[in-house]
Amino acid sequence: MQKRDRNPKQQSTLRRQLLKGLMLLPAAVMLGNVQLASAEVNTTGLAVTDDTVKVGILHSITGTMAISETGSVQAEKLAIDQINAMGGVLGRQIEYIQEDGASDWPTFAEKSKKLLVNDKVAAVFGCWTSASRKAVLPVFEQYNGMLYYPTFYEGLEQSPNVIYTGQEATQQILAGLDWVMENKGAENFYLLGSDYIWPRTSNKIARKHIEKNGLKVVGEEYYPLGHTQFNSVINKIKLKKPDVVFISVVGGSNVAFYKQLKAAGIEMGKEKPLFLTISVTEDEILGIGGENIDGIYASMKYFQSLDNENNAGFVDAFKEKYGEDIVIGDVTQAAYLGPWLWKAAVEKAGSFDIDKVRAASAEIELTSAPEGYVKVHPNHHLWSKTRIGQAQTDGQYKVVYETSELIEPNPFPEGYQ
Amino acid sequence: MFADYSSSELLAIFAMQGFAGLSLFSIFVLMALGLAIIFGQMGVINMAHGEFMILGAYMTYLTSNLFEALMPGLYGAYFIVAMVVAFVSAGALGALVEWAMIRRLYHRPLDTLLATWGLSLILQQCYRSIFGAREVGVSLPDWLMGSVAVTDMIEIPINGLFVMVLTLLIAAGVYYLMYRSNWGGQVRAVVQNRPMAGAVGINTGKVDRMTFALGCGIAGVAGSAFTMIGSTGPTSGQLYIVDTFLVVVFGGAASLLGTIASAFTISQAQSTMEFFLSGSMAKVLTLLVVVGILMLRPQGLFSLKIRR
Amino acid sequence: MNALKNNLFKRQDLINYGLLAILLVLILPLTLDIFRLNLVGKYLSYAFVAVGLVLCWGYGGILSLGQGVFFGIGGYAMAMFLKLEASSPEATAIQSTPGIPDFMDWNQLTALPWFWEPFHSLGFTTLAILFVAPLFAFIVAVAMFKRRVGGVYFAIITQAIAAILTILIIGQQGYTGGVNGITDLRTLMGWDIRTDSAKYILYFFCVAMLFACLLLAHLVLKSKLGRLLVAIRDREDRVRFSGYDVSSFKIFVFCFAAMLSAIGGAMFTLQVGFMSPTLVGIVPSIEMVIFCALGGRLSIIGAVYGALLVNAAKTTMSEAFPELWLFAMGALFIGVVLAFPNGLAGLYQTLLQKVKERRAAAAAQKTPATPAIAPRNATSDPEPAQGIGVPSQS
Repeated sequence: MQKRDRNPKQQSTLRRQLLKGLMLLPAAVMLGNVQLASAEVNTTGLAVTDDTVKVGILHSITGTMAISETGSVQAEKLAIDQINAMGGVLGRQIEYIQEDGASDWPTFAEKSKKLLVNDKVAAVFGCWTSASRKAVLPVFEQYNGMLYYPTFYEGLEQSPNVIYTGQEATQQILAGLDWVMENKGAENFYLLGSDYIWPRTSNKIARKHIEKNGLKVVGEEYYPLGHTQFNSVINKIKLKKPDVVFISVVGGSNVAFYKQLKAAGIEMGKEKPLFLTISVTEDEILGIGGENIDGIYASMKYFQSLDNENNAGFVDAFKEKYGEDIVIGDVTQAAYLGPWLWKAAVEKAGSFDIDKVRAASAEIELTSAPEGYVKVHPNHHLWSKTRIGQAQTDGQYKVVYETSELIEPNPFPEGYQ
Repeated sequence: MFADYSSSELLAIFAMQGFAGLSLFSIFVLMALGLAIIFGQMGVINMAHGEFMILGAYMTYLTSNLFEALMPGLYGAYFIVAMVVAFVSAGALGALVEWAMIRRLYHRPLDTLLATWGLSLILQQCYRSIFGAREVGVSLPDWLMGSVAVTDMIEIPINGLFVMVLTLLIAAGVYYLMYRSNWGGQVRAVVQNRPMAGAVGINTGKVDRMTFALGCGIAGVAGSAFTMIGSTGPTSGQLYIVDTFLVVVFGGAASLLGTIASAFTISQAQSTMEFFLSGSMAKVLTLLVVVGILMLRPQGLFSLKIRR
Repeated sequence: MNALKNNLFKRQDLINYGLLAILLVLILPLTLDIFRLNLVGKYLSYAFVAVGLVLCWGYGGILSLGQGVFFGIGGYAMAMFLKLEASSPEATAIQSTPGIPDFMDWNQLTALPWFWEPFHSLGFTTLAILFVAPLFAFIVAVAMFKRRVGGVYFAIITQAIAAILTILIIGQQGYTGGVNGITDLRTLMGWDIRTDSAKYILYFFCVAMLFACLLLAHLVLKSKLGRLLVAIRDREDRVRFSGYDVSSFKIFVFCFAAMLSAIGGAMFTLQVGFMSPTLVGIVPSIEMVIFCALGGRLSIIGAVYGALLVNAAKTTMSEAFPELWLFAMGALFIGVVLAFPNGLAGLYQTLLQKVKERRAAAAAQKTPATPAIAPRNATSDPEPAQGIGVPSQS
């Protein structure tokens, strides 16, 4: 009963871009090499034939989280299409089996088990919320699967069965805070988030960092997920007059918060206070409306407007597949990295076996990533740069700052726990 | 906590906080009026109420796009048109649903809950298939943006004022319809004694359909207005449904005045507590207080005390 | 003994239970692999709730939209015990405070909160699963039923309680695991519950518990209490005028349903390996009512089939059409409510009835001398409830 889409045939333009070398990988030289026998590359009974290899895509495409996860599904499918157009992985075309997590954590656990046990997929690209990742983690560890997890998240985790392609909290937060402290002279901070683990952990790290620098947190607040009334907290912000409001509100609440902020007469572009978010990507701005949010800053590793050749090719390919109006956020890009990182690891290992792929994963490099060069740390997170973008009325971010070095992922930060 | 602030600052904050409470109040009333008619008058538990609201929101989005494409000169007026479109489309869908489904279930009110739950799943998936899983951004005409500066400190959001005026108008309209018009008399007659109403020549089926359609239409207008302050996505309607039901039940379902009084109480409680506590705790406390009072006074705030 | 048996279980009852037992104990384990069987076990844990709902909704006329609360209480109690076992100081040595659950460590708790302490003991945990939910239900029920809150009002108040509890659990994440829930449960008294063999054992344990609960529910329904419940549902005031204290019967049946739900929650945690607030809130609570409605609100066995079928449909449809399955689910709910108000069990009853009528007719034709005896309804199910949700003040 499962869905086995063969992916649509690639258009010639895509191939042209690929020929331009935008998606070149170190391992791409394998292309056209002698085909290895299935018995050699798959000793553990994964769903690998002489021509195909099966992978899973596990995101919510129904329920409340579908709003956020749609972009990740699109990016993963695009990456798979592109890899197939280049000849696949170890000469095998990737076939994906898509499952719906339905925004429900037990369903995620059930579907991940189905993918690993019944479908014997070689890798799973999926999950978005921390809760869904926590729900599937024991399944992946028990049945030894490989999960590529795209979202920026709170850290405090390092599983041998997960590659975290998004940033962990310290990578994303510290650079952003340092930037406002150094460049904007910020002294008082107001922390605001949705009520669950990621905002709470993020704010904990932010608070420690702010206080370490001898500065002050004047307020810290959490609202239930899906909350739609923010007038009271806006009044509190007006009263406390912080220099920076640090925001990790997620989902539909974002729309309500920024629209009400705008309506309350706060000009975000005036930077009094300055709004710094770690949760609003271009995807969210689509729902908020660019005119309601222009002037805020976001601290992330990727913006659609990043000016480099890799990203230009990625954005073109994405728009060609999904339409001119589509936007690409941080997580979408991180999701796009998943299949490429897996391909690189498989080719380095010369095998689809999970253990070999895992062993090969550390120190994998991608020079072709839209965000620029990335490298897998032995702790399974990515080295990455953090950028500060300022939201514009057209719904895009203008990159105003970029860390000069790649930041080392540090999921268990000393002194921030 | 107020020691650090000057008295003028405090005054301004209290004024704005009062306004925040009032605007929350008008939002609650707007959410609850449609349901108060459907649930309070007809006894139908419409779990798809939120989806009817979002239908209104999507209609507003479509109208806005249409105006932008066809008559950009009149863009400022689109919002008014959009509300009419929202009312008509949600009302029409309501009438259709009543005809296809609800009318078979009047003698089984709890079953309407299950059937409308199924309906809400279908509507959500429709929105997702038609408009995409992502939220859509509804842009506002310029005259609805920004705020009126009363003093240096006090700024009143224009869209908040707009929602308040709209709420007043709709509440007055509903009051007139239900209590002053001939049709309202028929509705109340059907609610009180269906066979007798039928016997004196009221077409009860038609009255039911119009009542349900009216309730859904008001939900549509509410959804249209909420594009100014909230998100528009396939599942956004779910955010409102619990609050809405609580407001109606707390007010004493059969009484429109009760609905308004309960919306006022809950909104003031919530907005005051939100100011002094953290948001999550304020929400929990508000709900707890409401449930506590409902346990002591199950018939709601305003209701004739008749024991069954 | 035999007489008692005949009185309690009519022949048709025995056949029905037998069929269910054959399905759950023989057919499913023999035909499904352990992954699917484990899923069936998960569905069965919802069946406990559905059986409870048959009692309190179908028979008592009390619709609760907050059964998820009790399911959650049972599930969390079990999860707390398992989590403590999984967080031995050795297993959690990398934490800043070893020996407490990982999520507490992430939230800077440095000691186990007091209300977690007793969950080191399996005995206490079992008692908590069995009695905390009924106790909570008792408090709610006394407040409501003594004041004669009923029908729709009760439904919406229980819904609000489910909303409150969800927000509380999510908000107090240092103590509850927050929105992630309590995850990564490993062993029960040193026995690894994640292995395939453990899953088989847990499945059969779950089936056994389910039959024990069905038996209990059956006894309740066949006793005088069951008949009173039906009477209360249909004509509450007449029962009251006859001198019965209506509210205490309602309180009892609500507490009983709560206990069944809590057992179901504990079964869920054991078989699925975690517990999260998504199982406590409004959506799962309504879904559980739907299992019950689809199976037939007047049949405890029907409720089990309802839970199995809806969930199986959900799983297969979402695997086959991940982007469209909600349409099918929605249509299923509407169709069942409109076409089969008494659910599958009602359909089954009508079929049985028809078969019997035909047999009786055939018999009557053979011996025209004796008048055909009107076929007796095998399980003597009452007529469907009508107008059970009229607001209490009307």
